[in-house]
Amino acid sequence: MNAPAYNFAYLDEQTKRMIRRAILKAIAIPGYQVPFASREMPMPYGWGTGGVQVTAAILGPQDVLKVIDQGSDDTTNAISIRKFFAKTAGVATTTATDEATVIQTRHRIPETALNENQVLVYQVPIPEPLRFLEPRETETRRMHALAEYGLMHVKLYEDIARFGHIATAYAYPVKVNARYVMDPSPTPKFDNPKMDNSPALQLFGAGREKRIYAIPPYTQVVSLDFEDHPFEPYRFNAPCALCGAENSYLDEIITDDKGGRMFVCSDTDYCEGRQAAGHHGSLSAAPYKEKAQEASNG
Amino acid sequence: MTTIAELPPGFADKVLSAQSTFRSVMDAMARPGSVQRIVPMAGTPGPMMRGTAAIALTLFDHDTPLWLDARMAESSDVVKWLKFHTGAPVVRDCSIASFAVIGDGAALPPLDRFALGTSEYPDRSTTVIVQVDSLVSGRGFELRGPGIDGVATLQASVKPFDLFERLHMNEALFPRGIDVVLVADDAVVAIPRTTRVVSKGS
Repeated sequence: MNAPAYNFAYLDEQTKRMIRRAILKAIAIPGYQVPFASREMPMPYGWGTGGVQVTAAILGPQDVLKVIDQGSDDTTNAISIRKFFAKTAGVATTTATDEATVIQTRHRIPETALNENQVLVYQVPIPEPLRFLEPRETETRRMHALAEYGLMHVKLYEDIARFGHIATAYAYPVKVNARYVMDPSPTPKFDNPKMDNSPALQLFGAGREKRIYAIPPYTQVVSLDFEDHPFEPYRFNAPCALCGAENSYLDEIITDDKGGRMFVCSDTDYCEGRQAAGHHGSLSAAPYKEKAQEASNG
Repeated sequence: MTTIAELPPGFADKVLSAQSTFRSVMDAMARPGSVQRIVPMAGTPGPMMRGTAAIALTLFDHDTPLWLDARMAESSDVVKWLKFHTGAPVVRDCSIASFAVIGDGAALPPLDRFALGTSEYPDRSTTVIVQVDSLVSGRGFELRGPGIDGVATLQASVKPFDLFERLHMNEALFPRGIDVVLVADDAVVAIPRTTRVVSKGS
């Protein structure tokens, strides 16, 4: 059963050509959603079929692949996609952000700064930022054609009218290269500033919705806001309980049924890297506590 | 009469050669002005350069209407080679072409004859592949736009001499426009529609 019955990286060559052409157009028109003939993948919609197809079209034997799901390398989605490409393309995989050349992500951008030799591939559920405001594709397409984005500002304004601040916390709309309003996929708005002027190429794949879009490196990405209500990234006001990081995006973890909770980095690789480098938080596991005690005892 | 057996070959390894070529073109498109090398080599029919042939094998197929300029079209080797290896239909009307292959830049038709896309579907535009003399020496150009950290410089010897001036039309047309891929032997430079090029003089 060792002989592979599928092509390198699973997809057939005609499909790859079609996706590759869409990727080139997407890069040439930053933020514009290029329709493509999305294929059935051996995983259900919602599990990253768009991201997987983009990754399959760009991946080569020299690449080192990292897959994260909400920042974590160790969740079912991340592990199964990583294994999928290890099996179908034989590529090396890693959990270390700085070792990867292709990073497929669901809903996070790594904390470690990306570099020019990396490509970030996003899994996107709903690529159309205007979809919940205007359900008709013909209309949203025309709105993009005319750069008619007033409706999006109305939506953000309604947030302010109702809650006193812009309450949109994820999938926060951005304007790319001062032209297209784009959905950054459901990343927390904490990550939006990382998309701006990034040295890495960012590609977005939506499998069910059959769209590919891109942000070239060094491209202006602005989160929509108002002069009197400027965009503000949000994070829980606490250090990571495991590594003590003060500037990373945190997950809230419920620890008991009495209201106990802890905050830990959502980016597991970043958190583990900091712990290995000797940083520790209030709830660090024993080895780090012992190390800290040894250090304080001299 | 050329038989199939006499045609120059395609890629020795279709899958990995196409992947490697695509990554070079993708990097070129993502970083306008940077000179990328195409490593895998295929046969080169008639006036077609190595880079052009590799790009053809990587991106062309029955879904991509193709327009050839006179230099390319008059070579039966090129036409047969493309037909055999890619299956892409060659069209006479360049306004419906997905790709145009220009062997002689001096005879480049006015760019607005190619497909520019529509406001609703700006992706339905022609990608123009122009073979040029050199992408390492010649006139100096400064490039700005997405994909470029500040300013990129390019030394190129291209025909037509005013190619980059002609591409200024992309500025007003955006998001419609023409994406250009320059090929010199195995070197590739892409000028997507977002890139603004100014001559630095000689």
